[in-house]
Amino acid sequence: MTLDVEKRPSLARRIQRRLRYYSPTIAVAIGVIVLWEIIVLIFDIQQFLLPKPSAIFSEFMLQVNLWLAPDEGSLLFEASGATFWEALGGFVIGCGSGILMALITSRWTIISEATMPFAIAANSVPIIAFAPIMNNWFGITNPASKMAIVAIIVFFPTMINTVRGLTLVDASQLELMQSYAAKPARIMFSLRIPNALPFIFSALRVASALSLIGAVVAEFFGGPRATLGVYITQEAGAFDFAKAWTAILMASLIGIGFYLAVLVLERRLMPWHVSFREAG
Amino acid sequence: MSAEQGVVIAAQGINKIFNPGSDEEVIALQDINLSVESGEFISLIGPSGCGKSTLMRLVGDLLQPTSGDLLVNGKSAREARLDRDYGMVFQAATLYDWRSVTKNVQLPLEVMGYAKEERRKRAQAMLEMVELGAFAGHYPWQLSGGMQQRVSIARALVFDPSILLMDEPFGALDEFTRERMNLELLRIWEQTGKTIIFVTHSISEAVFLSGRIVVMSPRPGRITKIVSNDLPYPRDFKTRSDPAYHALVAEVRELLRDAVGSGPPGAMHAP
Repeated sequence: MTLDVEKRPSLARRIQRRLRYYSPTIAVAIGVIVLWEIIVLIFDIQQFLLPKPSAIFSEFMLQVNLWLAPDEGSLLFEASGATFWEALGGFVIGCGSGILMALITSRWTIISEATMPFAIAANSVPIIAFAPIMNNWFGITNPASKMAIVAIIVFFPTMINTVRGLTLVDASQLELMQSYAAKPARIMFSLRIPNALPFIFSALRVASALSLIGAVVAEFFGGPRATLGVYITQEAGAFDFAKAWTAILMASLIGIGFYLAVLVLERRLMPWHVSFREAG
Repeated sequence: MSAEQGVVIAAQGINKIFNPGSDEEVIALQDINLSVESGEFISLIGPSGCGKSTLMRLVGDLLQPTSGDLLVNGKSAREARLDRDYGMVFQAATLYDWRSVTKNVQLPLEVMGYAKEERRKRAQAMLEMVELGAFAGHYPWQLSGGMQQRVSIARALVFDPSILLMDEPFGALDEFTRERMNLELLRIWEQTGKTIIFVTHSISEAVFLSGRIVVMSPRPGRITKIVSNDLPYPRDFKTRSDPAYHALVAEVRELLRDAVGSGPPGAMHAP
């Protein structure tokens, strides 16, 4: 029954441990890239079919230099920034209102029972198909048209998961609160919301990926020149595949960044959760 | 434990029917008459489906009787609940994962609006009573099952309710831990003088702990007999080798066998 809390290992030790943990992943990534390069070289694959990773990388570095140069500018980075803000804006609006709606509907069982089937049905609708309509509503060059698509895409999974988390509360934990004669607002803040956090975060993780997909695909339907979706279609149309692939790389980097940001927030807000417990 | 201290729980002609009038109608409790004195330790025992948990939930106003009179501390069960007369302990410790041990114990005090310093002091005192004073800052998942259940007992007692309702609190623990917890519970009971209603399906546990054992039978849930246990307190591990203790265990077992035998075949395997 000795339960002394373990002393935190030194920073160097922790980095070392991390590296060892991630080394298989890193090895796989490097292996894939090297294999890719070799295959393109051996089979002499045309660059418009599949550019070499080295070509994509040098194009990427070129854009970084342009971006950093005082008098120049990089269309790629400008496009990345625009798409990033569209995705982020849509994510915040969509997830925020999804959580808010869940809080409101779960407060009254009747409303949540009446709305949930619609939310679940709406969740299986390919919302991206509304992109041209949003372009008409908000204007094709207005970032709001893309934000709207992203917001609608992330709204439903966030709302559905949050309602689940708020309502799937252990019966005896509720009885406990009843025995304290706790008011509904207290039960909401002390029990239902903490109980919903893991559900909310699993929705946010999905939403973080969905928001970038939504923004880029919505841009495929038209938008300002300086957005990743338009950039990819234009460069691919001009057979400049290294540029198109670099834009895809940027989109991936932003997506991974989004996901990691949600993960960090999750660890901050629920360090108690089972998924973050140190394995013995 | 004298009778003059007064009746805490008075149940008369209590019936509880689930889904009345429908095809799934279940008579969970039929004509329950029970009176519990202040400071008494009373066990409810019986096979699954005998309504022992239902009876405990009626007393705690987590369920309402279909008919009959139920008075707790001279008021309705609902008023008693709103006056926070009940501390509850369930089979699962039902601690909140996101709260540290001390914050879990402070939960009822937070709900009831106690000041921060008072909350902290009371929680620490309770944790020391259940011998977990050094674990205040730990999280529930860092504790063993027995320790978690002790935290849950501390949480039930921290706001000083007059009645402790315990629904198979040690049912999920191993035999050794359970026997240790029994001793600990008796010590806490003697220290605090609470009235305890203890639901269990362990005969030895019921006999060891309680002053009276309410033996119940299923379908419909009824009280077969209330067995008085005059073995003196304080009880300890030696009590378990007392011939009088064994006689009581045998008596309760016999009553339970009759109770199960009188039901329809398969009654024992019902949920």
